[in-house]
Amino acid sequence: MTKPGPLFDARCRACWFLLALALLVGLSFWSLDLQWTRFFSADAAARMGRFLGELLSPSTDLKFLGRLLPAALETLAMSVIGTLLAAVFGLLLALPASKTHAGDPARWRGVCRLLLNVLRSVPELMWAALLLIAAGLGPLAGTLALAIHTTGVLGRLFAEAIENAPPGPGFALRLRGIGEGRVFLHAGLPQLLPQLLSYTLYRWENNIRAAAVLGVVGAGGLGQMLAFHLGLFQMPETSSVLAAMMLLVLLVDVASNAARRVMSR
Amino acid sequence: MSAAMPAGPAGRRDPAWAGRVFWLLAAAVVLWPLLVLAEFKPWLLLSPASLKSTLRFLADFLTPRLDAEFLFLVARETWRTLAIATAGLALAWLIAVPLALLSVRVLSLSGLAGRMGAAPALLRFSVRAVLVVLRSVPELIWALVFVRVVGLGVTAGVLAIALTYGGMLGKVYAEILDSGDTQATTALLRNGAGRLQAFFYGLLPTSAAELTSYTVYRWECAIRSSAVLGFVGAGGLGQQIDSSMKMFNGGEVSTMLLVFVALVALADRLSAWLREALG
Repeated sequence: MTKPGPLFDARCRACWFLLALALLVGLSFWSLDLQWTRFFSADAAARMGRFLGELLSPSTDLKFLGRLLPAALETLAMSVIGTLLAAVFGLLLALPASKTHAGDPARWRGVCRLLLNVLRSVPELMWAALLLIAAGLGPLAGTLALAIHTTGVLGRLFAEAIENAPPGPGFALRLRGIGEGRVFLHAGLPQLLPQLLSYTLYRWENNIRAAAVLGVVGAGGLGQMLAFHLGLFQMPETSSVLAAMMLLVLLVDVASNAARRVMSR
Repeated sequence: MSAAMPAGPAGRRDPAWAGRVFWLLAAAVVLWPLLVLAEFKPWLLLSPASLKSTLRFLADFLTPRLDAEFLFLVARETWRTLAIATAGLALAWLIAVPLALLSVRVLSLSGLAGRMGAAPALLRFSVRAVLVVLRSVPELIWALVFVRVVGLGVTAGVLAIALTYGGMLGKVYAEILDSGDTQATTALLRNGAGRLQAFFYGLLPTSAAELTSYTVYRWECAIRSSAVLGFVGAGGLGQQIDSSMKMFNGGEVSTMLLVFVALVALADRLSAWLREALG
């Protein structure tokens, strides 16, 4: 057996890594026609300043706020339903995607994992844009997009959780000849439920952020209002929409934390 | 007790039965208004009009466009997506490192004596606040704003990623540095080392692997978001997908989606491999 040359010892591996990194970053900057002059010109700076200044004076017109509230509720509903659908379908896909015990043939494991990976690797916004063709403009496309992407994420997390659960209770039931479905309902689910719920809450926090911006491609909610008013350069309205988004995200974070506390009690 | 229990099917019933039914019913009551609000009518997907266009689009999907000219375009746009993510993350790193260093509590000299002084504590608090603000505005909104102010193009995408990811990296870097093993660092500081010395010889070696692996993970996320930013006109694969979709060209969308999924899978593999090599 030959000793690896000095080119591949630990220190040099780090050098190679840094060299590759520098090359990648250098090529990236070189190949993109970045227009810094246009961005940092006095004109652009002035426009940016005016833009941000206008953003600081949100519109409080009652009629406008009356339209803002339903949009915010729509976004909230999209995130909740998307997450719940994803939790259900994620669990349904996670069961065949996991090997629960040594004797489990897990025939569908590879296929289900591949499917979950594909669902997961396409971002919500891209799913929404694709679904607009089938579902038309509106919150339905957004809800389904959230559900599809999150199914991929949750399915994978659930499958890991199922495989890592302590095998004792399931083994005891299986030994007595009880079917797989009932073993999962009475041994697996009670053990896993806190973890599954906590993953679902975590994705809900993510999805409210995603749902807020999904509308930009026409999938309903606050995002659609944002794109509309920003497109018309109506800064006070844009500013209110942004404030509503932040408030909604904050509310969901608080609610999700409260739910976690209740569950861990 | 067990003698009083009726034998037969009732004796074998689910002990958690009542609770499960209650929670299912409660969930249904809460969900109903939400379903109405989200206009959740999946049967619309099956209406003849939308079914026809969906099926036509899906049929196009089965025949991805694979001629040389188009593949060259896709390759160029894929590289641009990758380049936007990389350049954006490089700038984000430049934003994050100084801000993280400013907000690390372990490197506080007055903190060595017990409580941190008022001025340094205020500085750290305000730097953290800046990081939180940068992080809490999604990159898509930064990109929308830049596109409106300066115009379409990759620069908007790079800047949007730089700002949002700068906030994320800075906050997490500071948290990693603060939560690691700080004994070596405090020992160095107590013995008169400068703060940068203490950072390079005490703090950095203990958490370098974790910092790098988080950065690689974020690079992977940045690739996904750079493709998304294309949808608002910030260049790359996303913009091409968006324009092909608007022309209902299923074949082109299908090719680009396949390439994108492959790109994400590749980045995923690469980042898993790098993290393993580091850990």
